[in-house]
Parts: sequence; C-alpha cells; structure tokens
Amino acid sequence: MQKVRKRNEKNSIGVAAFLKRDFLRNKYKYLMVLPVIIWYILFCYKPMYGVIIAFKDFSPSKGIMGSDWVGFKYFAEFFGSVNFVRIFTNTIKLSFYNLIFSFPLPVILAVLLNEVKSKIFKSTIQTISYFPHFISMVVICGMVTQFCAMDGMIGKLFALITGQKEALLQNAKYFRTIYIASEIWQQTGFNSIIYFAALCSVNDELYEAAALDGAGRIQKIIHVSIPSIAPTIIIMLILKVGQIMNVGSEKVILLYNPLTYETADIISSYIYRVGLQEFNWSLSTAVGLFNNIINIVCLVSINAISKKVSETSLW
Amino acid sequence: MNRIKKTGEDYIVDISVHIILLLIGLLTLYPLIYVVSASFSDSDALMSYSKVLLLPVKPTVVAYQTILKYSAVWTGYKNTIIIVFGGLAVNLTLTTLGAYFMSRKNVFWGTPITFLILFTMYFNGGLIPRYLNIRDLGLYDTLWSVILSSGISTYNMIIMRTNFAAIPASIEEAAEIDGANDITILLKVILPLSTSIIAVMTLYYGVAHWNAWFDAMLYLKSREKNPLQLVLREILIQNQTDNMEVAESEATIEQTVKYAIIVVSSLPILLFYPFLQKYFVKGVMIGSVKG
Repeated sequence: MQKVRKRNEKNSIGVAAFLKRDFLRNKYKYLMVLPVIIWYILFCYKPMYGVIIAFKDFSPSKGIMGSDWVGFKYFAEFFGSVNFVRIFTNTIKLSFYNLIFSFPLPVILAVLLNEVKSKIFKSTIQTISYFPHFISMVVICGMVTQFCAMDGMIGKLFALITGQKEALLQNAKYFRTIYIASEIWQQTGFNSIIYFAALCSVNDELYEAAALDGAGRIQKIIHVSIPSIAPTIIIMLILKVGQIMNVGSEKVILLYNPLTYETADIISSYIYRVGLQEFNWSLSTAVGLFNNIINIVCLVSINAISKKVSETSLW
Repeated sequence: MNRIKKTGEDYIVDISVHIILLLIGLLTLYPLIYVVSASFSDSDALMSYSKVLLLPVKPTVVAYQTILKYSAVWTGYKNTIIIVFGGLAVNLTLTTLGAYFMSRKNVFWGTPITFLILFTMYFNGGLIPRYLNIRDLGLYDTLWSVILSSGISTYNMIIMRTNFAAIPASIEEAAEIDGANDITILLKVILPLSTSIIAVMTLYYGVAHWNAWFDAMLYLKSREKNPLQLVLREILIQNQTDNMEVAESEATIEQTVKYAIIVVSSLPILLFYPFLQKYFVKGVMIGSVKG
C-alpha cells in the first residue's frame, strides 16, 4: 500500500519535488545518520580506494595516486611463488579440520545440558563453559605458550606419555592440534547457547507424544531433539562453510614462528608478514584482495547451494 | 514432561549425561585453576612439581610483588581504560544513530544507505590500505587511531536496528502527533524502551576494546601508548620486558610472574562476569532472530 502510494506521489509531483519533500520530511533522520555516513566513508570506503595499490608499484613518497601502474604484476608474483600453494592449503586445512572437530561439540553439549533436570547443575556447567569465551586472545595464546613449553603443564604431560621432552610449539606437526584444541576449549560453551535456546523452545508435547509411542530417552534425543534443532545446525554450518577461507590472523600470528610456518602460515598471516614486516605493501594488498574475493565467492555460492537444497539462506 | 516412573534406560542416560558434563566442566575449569594456583606458587617449586596442581605449591605472593614493579603493565592498564571509555562513547553514539536511521521506514535514501553499510561487511580494503588510511588521516600513533577505527561494528548495529524496529510504531506515531521530532523520539521514546539492548551493546563493545590488540599493534608505535594486551603480548609471548627497574639477572621472565599477569589482566572480566554472561546470552538470542 505504502509503496504504491509513494510511487503515485512520485509520478504526480515529479522526481525533484519528491526528493525535496522526502528530504524536508526526514531532515532530522538524515542529519542523525550523517556522522555514521562520514565514519563509513573515512574508515571503510577510503581504504577500499586504497586497494588500487595492489595494481601499482606503491611507494610511500609518491603516494597512492602518484605510484606507477603495474597491472597484475603482484598477483602473478604471488601465484608464481612457492608460498602460494603452502599458505592456500594451510588455510583450507586449518579451517577444515577446525570445522570438523569443533563444529559438532556445541551441539552435543547443548543436547546433554537439555537432558539435565537440576537447574543448579545445569547453570553451573553453563557458567563455567561460557567463561573462556571472554578471555582475550593474547591471554589464551599466552596460556597456550606457557602450557606447551617444555616445563609447562601440557609439556610435562607430553613427556610423561611419550617419554621425550619437546617444545610443542616449535614443532610444525603439532601446530594445528594446538590451535584447534584451544579453539575448542575457548568457544564450545559459548557456541552451545544458540542450540540450547533452540532446544528450550521445543514443545513438550512432542516429547510426550514420543513417550506415548514408546520412545526411550535416547530415541527422544534422536527423533525429537536433534530434528528440532536441525534448521539451526544447518544455518550455523552454512555460515561456517562460507567462512572457510576467512581465517583470522590473530591467533596464528601469536602462536607461530619460523619453525612452524610449514603448517601454520596461512593467507592472513602471510598478508601481515609481507606487508608489515617485509614492507612489500603492494604484494600484501594484492594477496588481501585475492582473499577477500575468494571469501565473497565462497559465501555467495554456499548461500545459493543452500537455498536450492534446503530453502535455508542467509539473505 | 511428567514421567510416571524411571526406566533402566533413564538411569543410565542420567548418570552418563552428568558424568560427561562434569568432565567437560572440569576440563574447562582446570587450566584456569592451574593459572591462578601457579601464580601464587614458588617459582622453583612449580618447575619441579610433577603432580596435578590444584593448590599453590609453597604459597607466596612474590610474583604479584614483581608485577607491581612493571610500570608498563600499569600504563597499559591506563591506556586500555582510556580506550574502553573513549571507544564506548563513540561506539554507542554512532551505533544508536545508525540503528535508528536503518530502522525507519518511508525514508527514500534509507535502502541505498543501508546497502552501502551492509556492503562493508563483505568487502573491505584489507590490512595495508587500512594502515595507510590511518597514517593518511594523521591518526597514526595516537589513541584516537584505535578508538575511531573501531567506531562501529556493523554487526552490532544490525542487532540494534532489529531491536528498534520491533518497537510498536503506534508509540512513535503518538509522539509524532504531539509534535516530537526524530531526535526527541529517539531520546525520549526509543532509548528508554531499549535499556537491555544498550547494556548488550555496552558489554559487546567494552569486552572487544578490553581484549583488542591487533589494531593497537598496527597503529601505535610509542611504547607508552600501548594498551594492556600489547604489554601482555610482549611479556607472555615474546618473553621480554625492557623495564629497567626490574633489572632481572635471568634472561627470561619467571613462569609464575606470567601467570600472575594473566590473573591481574583478566580480573575486570571476572568481576563483570555475571553481567557479561547475562547480556551476552541475550545478545546471542537477539542476533539469531534476524536470520
């Protein structure tokens, strides 16, 4: 209704007059959003313009405009380098293993919590398991560094089991395990919130009906609980798969070292190292742009697939 | 669920569920207990201790006394507090204004502006262009760089918009008929009805500022401007401190001191934890509704 009226209005009074009227009617709204727009221009859109240095030989003295165009030189350099295959596969592997190991756990935790009758026990476990989510990345990585040192808690345990003393973070073999284990420790509890909420909203009648049909506890979990939260699980999975190439650099930068580059170096840590430690700004920006485009492609295609298959989509 | 009698299966399920959850709880809690106990332990005793650490070995507060002498930790604390409060002022103002605008209907430029805002969630300039931009704006090596560059989280703004949009239009219309303009409607009608979303936003942004280190590492060069997390990174991960007053003879910092620093830096999080838990859970719920 409103839309039709708006269009009629627009046709009858002309575009210029319509815009003027819209502006006068909503002048406070536009005034209020102005600082927000300025912020987005300064801190989001201006850097987007800076992306063109990926196609230039950027030198700080010449500035973005004054630097010479070099076309796809830096993209070619990246694709041709030995690093390309390594960081590309490392990113996928880290992300994929992390997804496989840490995605199901919050679902399981939520289902288990849902089986508990005692409110005190339930909320105690929740309070404990959410807490690590709030600890800072630096502190988490600091704890990992101390624990995994030769004389740290995990280092000692490792020596006890395998009989050899080893600095675990210096060995490329263990990097992914350490990364994923610390993710699991930090996020499982907090990620279970959404599933737990979905389970709480399941209608009790469904469980009663299942009980009348002779279903036991385990059957109720399989045939009532899990199907009820399946849509939530699917949406979360889509989100995660869409982000598969979008692995943040923070944790990797804090935990890796030259000895573990072989497994630990991923696209985002490479962007950081090349850009801010080797000062190859154009190459770093080119790799960043490449990664950003891949992320968008992943997200859009995953969304299209899920729309087709399950009628669940993000937008 | 009303159950008449428990079957054998019920008992087995109940017992195993409780045991598994108890194990999960202990596994989550143990590293934290370890950190706290180790921080109160004697350094040499801790090194040679080979049993499961529950209580401090040879209890002492030496580690905490050592930290008192680390001036970098305290300037870090001060800088972080400035960033948290300055950041929150910017965050809450901009996020509220943006969310209010996006929640209004019948605004001609509403859709294009919203589109341009959402677009930034998927495409960004990337690390170097952002870094050059901060230098370009003259914010490099000032606390403003950290405060302003994280001025808005688009995700948070959408959560707030969803919340504003859910307020019945009739309430606003009544105010409009009384001659209230948008500024009055936001301040006198919308915000008083949105106290819990404001709490959620304050804690979301506040925790993010408290824990942030990456932007600070990029944009702040002077050591005296470093926030707490950067100081922590130096001590915990790069294993160094150039504090002259401490003048350690050993090359490395003792483990117990590191654990004590973890405790000291996480104390505010622990103090606020009841609020954090309540409102973050609320935030997750509101955030999930938009889908």
